[in-house]
Amino acid sequence: MEVNQELVQHLADLSHFALSAEESTRLVRDLGGIVEYISQLDELDTDGIEPTYQVFEMENIWRPDEILPQEADRAALLALTKETLNYQIKVPKVL
Amino acid sequence: MKIADQNTKAVDLVREALDKAHRFQDEYHVFTWINDDAIQAAEEIDARIARGEEVGRLAGVPYALKDNFLSPDGETTASAHILEGFASPVTATAVRRLESEGAIMIGRTNLDAFAHGSSTENSYFGPTKNSKDAQRVAGGSSGGSAVAVALGIVPFATGTDTGGSIRQPASFNGVYGLKPTYGTISRYGVVAMASSTDCVGFFANDPDDIDLLMSICAGQDSHDLTTLPDFYAETEVDDGPKRIGIIKDFDNDAVDPEIRSALKRQIEQLQANGHTIVELDMPALKYALAAYYIIVPAEISSNLSRHDGIRYGFRSEQSDNLGDLYCNTRDEGFMPENKRRIMIGNFVLSSGFYDAYYLKAAKARTLIINEYTKAFEQCDFILAPVSPNPAFELGSKVDDPVAMYLEDVMSVPLNLAGLPGLSIPVGQTASGLDLGLQLVGPRRSDRALLHFAKKLKEEA
Repeated sequence: MEVNQELVQHLADLSHFALSAEESTRLVRDLGGIVEYISQLDELDTDGIEPTYQVFEMENIWRPDEILPQEADRAALLALTKETLNYQIKVPKVL
Repeated sequence: MKIADQNTKAVDLVREALDKAHRFQDEYHVFTWINDDAIQAAEEIDARIARGEEVGRLAGVPYALKDNFLSPDGETTASAHILEGFASPVTATAVRRLESEGAIMIGRTNLDAFAHGSSTENSYFGPTKNSKDAQRVAGGSSGGSAVAVALGIVPFATGTDTGGSIRQPASFNGVYGLKPTYGTISRYGVVAMASSTDCVGFFANDPDDIDLLMSICAGQDSHDLTTLPDFYAETEVDDGPKRIGIIKDFDNDAVDPEIRSALKRQIEQLQANGHTIVELDMPALKYALAAYYIIVPAEISSNLSRHDGIRYGFRSEQSDNLGDLYCNTRDEGFMPENKRRIMIGNFVLSSGFYDAYYLKAAKARTLIINEYTKAFEQCDFILAPVSPNPAFELGSKVDDPVAMYLEDVMSVPLNLAGLPGLSIPVGQTASGLDLGLQLVGPRRSDRALLHFAKKLKEEA
């Protein structure tokens, strides 16, 4: 798998990064080296093997749909953001 | 460790720790923040002792907190620009448990930003230096915590270990470092990296101290549904001879000769004390690093998508619309290694590459787990190097991500299997750098590992 400028741009878009031209060039090299390394997994025979996504057999646990007391209230959480208006977080225009 | 009581003042313990923290900070850069208010907490403990109140098993003990644990004391930055200014209103369960026993946090320790790294050089605030040689790395990602204990600033420090981030810096600085069984300690309030491998653990100079910390912190938490019912307190330990597994493939030319000699010496000591050595053939382990650097970035790309500059932390000033705000904040706020991992994660999960990379790695993980299961039918514990090299020179690997990843080749396999691993100090190189080895056990053998390490210390 070749990592080129086009792939780096695609991954930057998926990752929400505004990369500079210099960073993109560097990432072609760095990501290329990493992809080459991880591609060695091709050698390993995994036919018929089930994948593992978590190490303990866990199942989803449901709880009653009740509001529980929270450590941080709305005011404490809103205090973390840069700008608020009428108890809402203010952000720049979408378009 | 010294606990405050009628004769030992918490204020004295905390003042001594703070003095050392300030004295070493310029040379070693251990902390992202030093908590001078800790003296007030110590005065409260002393007042409670004077009134005859119950003050807990860690009364007045100063400790260092890796700066990826949330608490209202100081900002939680994870050593990343994007979290600068984040004063958490939430307290991590591990912090709450330690402090409810009287422990007092004297500072937040430096790490590779978001715990992405093996040297603490990826910190936005600059690297932490090795405790034996300030021209060399502390190891990472919990480098600040390891050095805080090694320099004698605090008797214990917290860490997180996703792929070696406790064990490797412990071995680089001559202290004990435990990465517990996956799910032993709650991760509520810990900055997430890779949810299927992240673990909270500890650094200390003595296995008994870690045993006490584990008794306090292990157990279920309704805020973290991956936590296991508390098995720790009920684990039986014994002093009988053990079967110790040695992984044949880990003894190769890529491993530093002084680490290989240290392993050989340890094997001889084990045999002299009546333990049996078992050679293990584990051919899938050589693929663990490749599987790790697929699975972990995949989880990182998901966990770090929440950092967008909207709700907390740093926000770029450069943007006039929302899309640019996300992209500029993330570009300016993350370190280069954070970006590489997020992009690799998005690569291995993206349409067209998922089967070849992510699914393949998840299958490799099954093979690795199966090899460990088979190994523990033949032995009680595995003894292995933590990393192929002792502490390397600052700057020597920062421009080559794959060279840095290769330092993790012997520490990551057990994370993929959820096993506990304990780094134990085993002397020094000819030039005075610390050497460590890791003891690895089956799931839930954490207490037995610590007990065995204590026995090794006595037998040495």
